[in-house]
Amino acid sequence: MTGFATMTDPAAAYVLRHGDDNLVLAQRLSEWVSLGPELEEDIALANVALDHLGVATHLLGHASQLVGGGTTDDDLAFQRTEREFTNVVLVEQPNGDFAHTMARQLFMDAYQRLLWEALAVSEDAILAGIAAKAHKESLYHFRHTSGWVVRLGDGTDESHTRMQAAVDNLWRYTGELFEMDDLDRQMVESGVGVDLGALSGPWLHAIAAVAADAMIALPDEVTQRGGGRRGFHTEHLGHLLSEMQWMQRTYPGLEW
Amino acid sequence: MTQTTAGETRFQTTIDADDKVEPRDWMPEGYRHTLIRQIAQHAHSEVIGMQPESNWITRAPSLKRKAILIAKIQDEAGHGLYLYSAAETLGVSREDLVDQLHTGRQKYSSIFNYPTLTWADMGTIGWLVDGAAIVNQIMLQQTSYGPYSRAMVRNCKEESFHQRQGYEIMLTLSRGSAEQRALAQDALDRWWWPSLMMFGPPDSESTHTEQSMEWKIKRMTNDDLRQKFVDMTIPQAEYLGLTVPDPDLVWNVEREHYDFGDIDWDEFWTVIKGHGPMNRERIQHKVGAWEDGEWVREAAIAHSEKAAARAADTIDARGAA
Repeated sequence: MTGFATMTDPAAAYVLRHGDDNLVLAQRLSEWVSLGPELEEDIALANVALDHLGVATHLLGHASQLVGGGTTDDDLAFQRTEREFTNVVLVEQPNGDFAHTMARQLFMDAYQRLLWEALAVSEDAILAGIAAKAHKESLYHFRHTSGWVVRLGDGTDESHTRMQAAVDNLWRYTGELFEMDDLDRQMVESGVGVDLGALSGPWLHAIAAVAADAMIALPDEVTQRGGGRRGFHTEHLGHLLSEMQWMQRTYPGLEW
Repeated sequence: MTQTTAGETRFQTTIDADDKVEPRDWMPEGYRHTLIRQIAQHAHSEVIGMQPESNWITRAPSLKRKAILIAKIQDEAGHGLYLYSAAETLGVSREDLVDQLHTGRQKYSSIFNYPTLTWADMGTIGWLVDGAAIVNQIMLQQTSYGPYSRAMVRNCKEESFHQRQGYEIMLTLSRGSAEQRALAQDALDRWWWPSLMMFGPPDSESTHTEQSMEWKIKRMTNDDLRQKFVDMTIPQAEYLGLTVPDPDLVWNVEREHYDFGDIDWDEFWTVIKGHGPMNRERIQHKVGAWEDGEWVREAAIAHSEKAAARAADTIDARGAA
C-alpha cells in the first residue's frame, strides 16, 4: 500500500504522528523483554511497552477511521515506509544500555504528561478520550522512570557516568518534541491540537528537578536534530520497521 | 532412632487427611528438598520460557497479536516471581536458586530448548506447551504443600487464557491460506513430540515419582498425565484439520484412550543433559542479561544506602540544633 505520504486529511495526519510516537516507542521497549536487569523490571518494561502499544493502537485506529476507505490500524502500522512514518526521532533511537532507555523514556514521559493533559480537552472527542486515559498512564510512567534516573545518577560512579552519557547523547533529539509546523498550527486553530511551544517550559522544569535529584548536569547543547515529523528520520527507523513489518511484507494480505 | 516424633505424626496426619502442609510445619528434609527442587525448576521454566516467545514480539504480525504476546510473557515473568516466593517459604533464597540455574545445577523444562522458527510456533507453544502445563498444574492444585498449591490455582487461570490464545492462532492459520496451513502443520510436526516429553520420563524410569506420590506432592504419574494430555489434544488437532505426526496414533476402544507411538527417549535425555538445539543459547541469554544488569542492581543498592545515610544525617543535624 502506498500513498500515505500524501495523506491529505490534516486531522488524520495529526492523530497519526502521535500514534507513531507510541508505536515506535512500544516496539523499542518490547525489545527489552527477557533482557531486563531483574525480573521485576522485565515486568515493568513490558507493562510500559503495552501501555504505549495500546495508545498507538487507539490512535492508529482513529486515524484509519479518519482516512476512511477501509484502511485499518494494522495497515497504518505495517504497510507504510520509513518516509511515511512521522514519529519524533527520539523514540526510534536504539535502547542502548539501561541508562539510555531510561533517559529516552524520561524525556518522553515528561513530554507526554503535558501533551495528554492538553489533548484531553481537544475538540476531537475521540482524541480527547484517548488522551485522558493515556495521561493517567504517563503519570506512573514518569514516576517509574524518574525513580530509575535518580537511582542511576546517584548510585555508583559507573551508573552516574552511564546516566550522564545517556542524557548527553539523547539531548539533541528533545527539541523536536516542541517544534511547531504548519499542521500543528492548523490544529491549534481548530481546537484539536496543542501549542507544543507552551509545553517546553514546564517540561524543562520537570526534567531539571529529576536531574538535580540524580546529580546529572543538563547539556548546554543547542544544536538539535529533528525531522521525524516530515519523515526525515535517523538511519535506525528503517531497521526497526523492517523487523516490525516483516510478516506483513512477507505474506501480504493475510489475516493473522 | 525409630521413635516417631510429634512432628512426624502431625505431618503424616496432614498428608493422610489431604490437608495442606504449611511453611512453619515440621516436614521431612526429603519432602522439603523435593519441593525446593520442583518449585525452583517450575519457576526457572517460567522465566526461561519467556525467551522463545520474546523472539517473536518485535515481529508479531498485527497490533493485537503483539499486545497479547507481550501480556502473556509478562504473565510468565509474574508466575516466575510468584513461584520463587513459594520456594522461599521453604528456606532458600531467590538469589541462590537463580545462581543454580545459571550454573546448570538446577534445570528447567526441556521444551524451551527448542527454537521458535516461525510465527506458527507462537500458536503451538500456547496450544501444546501451555496445554501440557495446564494438565500438570491442575494436578498440582491438589499438591500437599500449601503455598505451591495456592500458586497453582492462580497460575491455572492465566494459563488457560494462554492456551486459548495459542489455539486461536492455530485456528486462524488453519482457516487461512495454503501457506498459513503449511506453517501450522510444520509447527505441529516440530512441537508434538517435545510436548509429550514435557511430562518427564516414563514411570518405569522416573526416580522421584513414587516418593512424590506418597507425599502427595504429585497426584498423578508422568504417564497418566501424558495420556490425559494426548486424549485432550487429539480432538483439538482434528478440529484444526492438522495431522499429528504419529502413524501409531489410534483410539483404543477398550481402554477408552488413545494409543500413541514410542517417544524418542534418547532425544529427551540428550536435551535434559544440555545438548538440545537451544540449551546453550537459553542459558547464555539469561546469564548475559543478568551480567549486563549488574551495574543497574548495584546502583539501586548504592542509591538506597546513600539515601538512608542522608536521611540519618538530617535527623542528626536536627538533633544537634
